[in-house]
Amino acid sequence: MDNHAQEFAPSFHVERRNLRAFGMWLFLGSEVMFFTGFFGAYIVARSAALESIVRPLDKTLGALNTLVLITSSLTMVLAVVFSRRGDRKATGNWLAATFLLACTFMVIKTVEYSAHFREHVFPSTDIFHGFYYLLTGFHGLHVLGGMISLGILWVRNRRGDFDSHYNDPIEITGLYWHFVDLVWIFLFPGLYLL
Amino acid sequence: MSVTCVADYIHPEPTTFFRKYVWSYDHKVIGKQYLWTSLVFLMLGGTLAMLLRWQIAYPSQPVPFIGELLKNSFFFGPNGEVTSDGYLQLGAMHGLIMVFFVIIPLIVGAFGNFLIPLHIGARDVAFPLLNALSYWLYLPAGLMMFSAFFVDKGAAAAGWTAYPPLSDAAGASVSGLGMNLVLGAIFLAGFSSIVGGMNFLVTIVKLRAPGMTWSRLPLVTWAQFITAVFQTLATPMIAAGGSMLLFDRLFNSSFFIPYGLHIGAEKVANAGGGFPLLFQHIFWFYAHPAVYILILPTMGLASDIIATFARKPIFGYRAMVISMTSIMGLGFIVWGHHMFLSGLNPKMGMAFMISTVFIALPSGVKVFNWLGTLWGGAIRLKGPMLYAISFVAMFIVGGLSGIFMAATPVDIFIHDTYYIIAHFHYVVFGATLFAVFGGLTFWFPKIFGRMMNESLNKLHWFLTFLFFNLAFFPMHFLGEAGHMRRLATSTGYEFLNGMAPWNEFITLSAFALGISQIVFLYNFVYSVFFGPTAPSNPWEGNTLEWTIPNPVPHHNFDKVPTVYRGPYEYSGPEATALGKDWISQDHPPVEGVASNQH
Repeated sequence: MDNHAQEFAPSFHVERRNLRAFGMWLFLGSEVMFFTGFFGAYIVARSAALESIVRPLDKTLGALNTLVLITSSLTMVLAVVFSRRGDRKATGNWLAATFLLACTFMVIKTVEYSAHFREHVFPSTDIFHGFYYLLTGFHGLHVLGGMISLGILWVRNRRGDFDSHYNDPIEITGLYWHFVDLVWIFLFPGLYLL
Repeated sequence: MSVTCVADYIHPEPTTFFRKYVWSYDHKVIGKQYLWTSLVFLMLGGTLAMLLRWQIAYPSQPVPFIGELLKNSFFFGPNGEVTSDGYLQLGAMHGLIMVFFVIIPLIVGAFGNFLIPLHIGARDVAFPLLNALSYWLYLPAGLMMFSAFFVDKGAAAAGWTAYPPLSDAAGASVSGLGMNLVLGAIFLAGFSSIVGGMNFLVTIVKLRAPGMTWSRLPLVTWAQFITAVFQTLATPMIAAGGSMLLFDRLFNSSFFIPYGLHIGAEKVANAGGGFPLLFQHIFWFYAHPAVYILILPTMGLASDIIATFARKPIFGYRAMVISMTSIMGLGFIVWGHHMFLSGLNPKMGMAFMISTVFIALPSGVKVFNWLGTLWGGAIRLKGPMLYAISFVAMFIVGGLSGIFMAATPVDIFIHDTYYIIAHFHYVVFGATLFAVFGGLTFWFPKIFGRMMNESLNKLHWFLTFLFFNLAFFPMHFLGEAGHMRRLATSTGYEFLNGMAPWNEFITLSAFALGISQIVFLYNFVYSVFFGPTAPSNPWEGNTLEWTIPNPVPHHNFDKVPTVYRGPYEYSGPEATALGKDWISQDHPPVEGVASNQH
């Protein structure tokens, strides 16, 4: 890689980190529009209905999951900070912590889902549960994507791919992970509380 | 690994066949992959249109050759005629394929990929891996799309807009596995489009060569930039809408199914509580910007071609950029004009009518700028120029008919008639495809390193221009007379009987139009392999791609160029001082001559 950079004399500099972070921000902009479609539809369905379409959900489990995800955002930030300092061990540990918190989130979500399935509550039950499964389902897929990225990062970090000069993948996964967290911050009150 | 200077970094030149032509990271190869694939899809999509036209002109008569061969399969009945259900499939699939799998990949995937890095003086796009990924999402999506024809109940048949509950409710006759496949394919193609758009945005913002300021970008690249904003921010909406539709279909939720919906006498099984109109809002929030995705890049292509062959600077460069940007801004707030007759609040209709009519302003600015560029130019009427001028002419016709339907009172009269079909074919075929032909013939020497046959280009231009207008102009008359679109057989309506001769005339012209494309196909394929070798700058253009020798080397530029002037400095003082009428963007300033460009 560096050989090639020398082969063609450099004439101007763009840091790859900026490039990737910019790309990730654009991708997140696109993701915001994607979830806006769902949220917008949910708002329309709720505000246009003559009587409330909302059905109760398990607030305790929802709140617990909120706590788990917010904590995972903190551990993600710590992973990014330590990777900037080049502290491989701490980076690895905080990545692992984030991964485990994501797993916890998914386990709690599975508990919730299976309770619904036992009571024969499906997307077809009513319009509210349609939105419930749609929103939490797509959010869950995003969590899953984040977990895969975190796993790969952990392995790469252990292998020594990152140092204080090169931690772009951790940085941009951090951006993505905060976005996933943020979506849940909207989902929780929207579905469980309001 | 350290912070690398990406602008100068180039991924190693591939050595294996697989890395060179299949999983290639090279933007030029990916551009060609997009080009060939979308041209094949264009032929298939065009064939579907021919079958549609046959059924309209000769209702329920066996289709020659193809129908005989494929009796009782796909969209054919026992005698080889197009069935009415088959007709709806053909209509929906023709639209979907042309929009999502032909035009967007052709003008964004092929031209964008090939031209953007060359135009801005970069070695490749910002994320070559994602670029390869976007093609390899698009191809399987396209195959998935066509696979819908092979499953039980056939392909999607609810129109290209896939309005629920027709596309949605389990009891609707058009709902089969084919519809699910089509929705999945659109989701994949959308993802490919988002990834591509994001990639182009980063590339254009971050990887411009030194001196390539925003006011020195060729308009092709400006247009691609604006299109990429649309792709990144609007495409997710169709992904959301399509996902909800799929959710309804697969898990029986009822996002778009109201309470107590009956199909025939039977109540649908879904719980209800949803809103069919909601889908139309979501769909058009994407699909109207998508309409601009279909035209903006070709406005860029035409601008470059017209300036080059008029040997003049583009008239009003700044106005061109501002008008394209305003088209983008307005493009996001006009979607409701597709829904004037859908039960939209009339006050909303008024708002959407006003915002829509406003789009005529920037569009008009562009047309006048193209005409201003031609005015007094030393015009060279080569093949690409003929196509580009036809682009402007057809865009004027399509644009003007658009203003009529933007007015709610008029739209009530012409909505869902052939007038609409005439309008959007004037824009998407007349304007876009003419600019695509112009772009293909113009950049062919750079893409393939060979020249196309000029006489055959002119012949193809003449035939296409003639038969296109013969086929589509009469549709305005049919629409004004009330001929509905999406009608498998018009024989059942007495007031339509008088229009049968017109329909036959249109169909014959459409067939002639289709057959004329063989001229281009032959010329294109022959020239790729046997055309005479092209000089590096056959049209005497200024932009950076013409400074590169043919074939374009893997790393594009031996040395990243430095840019000193705008892209359209034809016949300017600097060029004149050099004794010619053009001067490359990277030519160092000519001593003693004032540069007249920012």
